[in-house]
Amino acid sequence: MKKIEVIQNVLEANETIANRNRQLLDKHKVFAINIMSSPGAGKTSLILQTMAKLKSKLDTAVIEGDVASTVDAEKVQSEAKAVVQINTRNMPESCSLMAAMIESALKDMPLDNIDLLLIENVGNLICPSEFTLGEHKRVVISSLPEGDDKPIKYPLIFIDADAVIINKMDLLPHVDFDIATFRRSIAGLNPKAEAFQVSCKTSEGIERWCSWVLEQVETNATKR
Amino acid sequence: MHEFGVTENIVNIALAKAGEAQASKVIQINLVIGEMSGFVPDCIQFYFDSLSKDTIAQGAVLHFELVPTQLRCRNCATIFHPQDTLWSCPKCGGQSIEISKGRELYIESMDVE
Repeated sequence: MKKIEVIQNVLEANETIANRNRQLLDKHKVFAINIMSSPGAGKTSLILQTMAKLKSKLDTAVIEGDVASTVDAEKVQSEAKAVVQINTRNMPESCSLMAAMIESALKDMPLDNIDLLLIENVGNLICPSEFTLGEHKRVVISSLPEGDDKPIKYPLIFIDADAVIINKMDLLPHVDFDIATFRRSIAGLNPKAEAFQVSCKTSEGIERWCSWVLEQVETNATKR
Repeated sequence: MHEFGVTENIVNIALAKAGEAQASKVIQINLVIGEMSGFVPDCIQFYFDSLSKDTIAQGAVLHFELVPTQLRCRNCATIFHPQDTLWSCPKCGGQSIEISKGRELYIESMDVE
């Protein structure tokens, strides 16, 4: 028997495909945002609000990741330039989108006609933190009914986020969510993350969020 | 729940490396896994047994070396292991904390014949 040295990252295969996706997106000048949250935090609502607000400025496409159904794809269909629904139920992994799924979804996208790609990940705070997709920015949404302790319970997803959004601000009078506690946790884990407070119901805060998105898309475009 | 793809990668890497070493059998695969990584060793072994069937890695033992979480205070650079879910520095009380170890998942070495 002999020992052989290996030292190889097991996630490398996903990262290789993610890099390929990123190169393809850059080539076609598409800016991609990976939107993650627990189920029901408002990923689809945020996507709808973002598309409505930026409609005159950006052509947006959406990739919807869900275990099953086309419910979300149908909701965003009318506003989006293109929509691809990925159902993970019949895949060996069902808990998160992975780079290979995005690679095949991109084949069905008119990339030359798109400025912004919003990728709605499967609702889950654990698994998506392990898999990069080739996105330019990672965004995590937390909503008030979930409680202010999510960053300390699921730190990894918040540590890697470029922006953290608190959604359902309209419910603040009705729930015990301490904004200061939540923001302190985020500042500790990830001081560089942009912070937003929005309500997709009342559109509070959406303007600032959309300005940030537009700024990211434009900054990225001038870099190329 | 996402161990299937990861295990496929482990089998692919092991078979490629065993091929390079002209081995006829993989006896043990030594993996390093961080305490904070979201992967469950028992689950990886379960998928491994099925994915490695009829290959030279069939029957190989997966040995996991667990790397404890190690945090670093951004304020005073103290390295510490978290005692609870509230991450604060035991020395200065600072709450600006980064992970220095505990997210790993890699194959370190293999025993082959």
